[in-house]
Amino acid sequence: MRKSATALCQLAAFLFAVTTGSIAALAADDQDHDGKSGGTADHAKFEELKKDFASGPEVTKACLSCHNKAGDQVMHSIHWKWEFQNEKTGQTLGKSHVINAFCGNVAANEPRCTSCHVGYGWTDMAAGPPKDETKVDCLACHDRTGTYTKIATAAGAVPVEPVSPTAKTITGAKAVALDLGKIARSVGLPQRENCGQCHFYGGGGDNVKHGDLSSVLFQPTKAVDVHMDKDGLNFACSKCHVSNEHQWAGSRYDVKAIDTVGTGKPGARRDVATCESCHGASPHPIDTVAGIKLNNHTGRVACQTCHIPSFARGGVATKTKWDWSTAGKLKEGAPYHEEDFTQSDGQHLHTYLSTKGDFEWGENVTPYYAWFDGQVRYTLADETIDPTKTVEINRIKGSPDDPNSRIWPFKRMEGRQAYDAKLNHLVYNHVFGPETDSAFWTNFDWDKAIKAAMEHVGVEYSGDYGFVDTHMYWPITHMVAPKEDALACAECHARDGRLASLAGFYMPGRDHFSWLDIIGYLAIAGALGGVILHGLARVMMRGRTKH
Amino acid sequence: MTDQNHYHDIRAQEKPPVIKKKNKAGLCPGQNHYVMIYTRYERFWHWSQAALIFALFFTGLNIHGTFSLISFKLAVTIHTFAAIALIVLWIFTTFWNFTTGQWRQYLFKEGIFKIIRFYAYGIIVGEPHPYKKGLQRKQNALQSLAYMTFMLIVGPALWSTGIIYLLYDLWRDMPYAGVILPIVAFLHTAAAFMIAIFVIVHVYMTTTGKSVLHYVKTMITGYDCVELTEAEEAYIRETQSVSIIE
Repeated sequence: MRKSATALCQLAAFLFAVTTGSIAALAADDQDHDGKSGGTADHAKFEELKKDFASGPEVTKACLSCHNKAGDQVMHSIHWKWEFQNEKTGQTLGKSHVINAFCGNVAANEPRCTSCHVGYGWTDMAAGPPKDETKVDCLACHDRTGTYTKIATAAGAVPVEPVSPTAKTITGAKAVALDLGKIARSVGLPQRENCGQCHFYGGGGDNVKHGDLSSVLFQPTKAVDVHMDKDGLNFACSKCHVSNEHQWAGSRYDVKAIDTVGTGKPGARRDVATCESCHGASPHPIDTVAGIKLNNHTGRVACQTCHIPSFARGGVATKTKWDWSTAGKLKEGAPYHEEDFTQSDGQHLHTYLSTKGDFEWGENVTPYYAWFDGQVRYTLADETIDPTKTVEINRIKGSPDDPNSRIWPFKRMEGRQAYDAKLNHLVYNHVFGPETDSAFWTNFDWDKAIKAAMEHVGVEYSGDYGFVDTHMYWPITHMVAPKEDALACAECHARDGRLASLAGFYMPGRDHFSWLDIIGYLAIAGALGGVILHGLARVMMRGRTKH
Repeated sequence: MTDQNHYHDIRAQEKPPVIKKKNKAGLCPGQNHYVMIYTRYERFWHWSQAALIFALFFTGLNIHGTFSLISFKLAVTIHTFAAIALIVLWIFTTFWNFTTGQWRQYLFKEGIFKIIRFYAYGIIVGEPHPYKKGLQRKQNALQSLAYMTFMLIVGPALWSTGIIYLLYDLWRDMPYAGVILPIVAFLHTAAAFMIAIFVIVHVYMTTTGKSVLHYVKTMITGYDCVELTEAEEAYIRETQSVSIIE
């Protein structure tokens, strides 16, 4: 999705250190409580794997010769389809359908976006993911060497000889030819490194999208994430996102916002990835008033709200604002960039790119809070919008009166993005595609870029475009801080606390009845004044009275 | 009967005389006697209630957001414990009031307007107090009314709303819980303001005795000057049921 060379050079240098140094160490480390993988097969001993492989699909074919159901399972997962049918809202969601406040859309930009697909060669959204089982990418998730990468712009292809000298991986590092045979012989269960290669880089860069998923989580300290702490619990993602037939618990589209069932002992529950699935619904000790009170909060306040005091912690910033409307400015006919944000690790981040417009970044960001019942309704391209107002790319559903809602933390992404100024629809745009003359990143022509994308997807476009302010919400659920760092009560129970603007419910410390307070304080002042006057009168009259 | 009398005699001999002679003649003018009118339990009740109410008021204001002298967490903890302690104290005191018959002290008395007139005017010009304290009339008409209001209206408004507030978790899923909570909070806050005014006036009234600290001393020692009827005096001397200093 991104071809911005200089920034990526710096990113690459940083990532090189991360991916070669710490990840090599990580590969030897099991990210499990006891350091054991639980596996029963040494893949180095399989005859099918004792050879060199020329491509990803060739490896997959070997995998499937034993794991004969795995291909079919993956092809039924959201990781494969990039499509999610939300039964509760009736919307068809998933990367292949939604419009977001970042790069906008996958459709028409496939080879860049589908580089993160768990498959090879998905070059057309309209045609759907490949039908061939050997196109499933087993290694993206099961590589344990820490060396497996995919080329950032080749629809999921892996770098094999000869590699173009300018080729980059998904994470922005320089692409080098893979030893697929070695990787295939050392496969194991997915670890943070595997999931993170894609999920930490959503939106085209480190921590750009989520805010709570960054490269910091490859080797986090306890302060960044108490569960993934490299010196502590060291959880792999799959400790919480348990799987069943290659389907993972936990969904951003259909969030389990409240879970009263709690722990599913013995053995983990496989249907949810909530805090309660391990910690139960009354996680605080009940030997103090504060503990009891905190447990009373659990039906109203998500664990994340208090236990993730801020996101984008640990040194990697997240993108907080993306204004596409300023994209396309050139200096002497050439695209340029500005790097006015310095991340706490010293790295400079883009604040303007001719290809993308203006950005803002944030570290240790205070979340936006909202009542959330787990459902978000997306503003899809067929929905009419009101361009005079900020358009909610996804609307958070939930209310204080609904027992299935809780107060949740969100990253609120501010955007300004293209829409159809006549039909009042959000539009798809075609940004990546070096070989076409309609790609915005090549030609800086919105009209062509939008028209091409709309035609590609098959949606009506009036030919008139404008820019509209947008908000997009990302539930915050990772980067759980140690309990000592959880929010103090007064962070919310205060006149101007974190929940100051959340309406529709009464909260002690924040809410009061202004006129009752005025009457009350006046009455106290009146009583004090009255007794003082009365006392003075007694003192003054003392000498003159008959005793 | 003989046995009982015999028993009584032994008790009278063995126990130290309740009527103490401490050469304090002149403590009380006229026919008044310096009598213990507030028993040890009443004084314990009074002062522990005072301490709890102060603790509740200040932690309450802290929770309410009026100020933040201590952390919200500590304020809630103290407020909760003090509230539970006060409720226990009230339950026990209610029991005490009814078993001892002291509840009658709070009944409505006539002459309230005379008392009001006295505090509004008479006290300033030095008129004598219109109310004669007696063993069965420890409180004047205004006091009885004020304490009765405190015990029957303001107190119950506070502890009932407080308990409902405290147990929010048990009823939060009821319909209209979101509407009930602010009403409960409103009543609780309003009652707290009323208590504050009661305390201010009450503390000030302690200065209206023979000396500024006279009533405070009474509430600490338990003794005050009261009129005793002949029958009362005879009864006390016979039974030694109430301590008198002469």
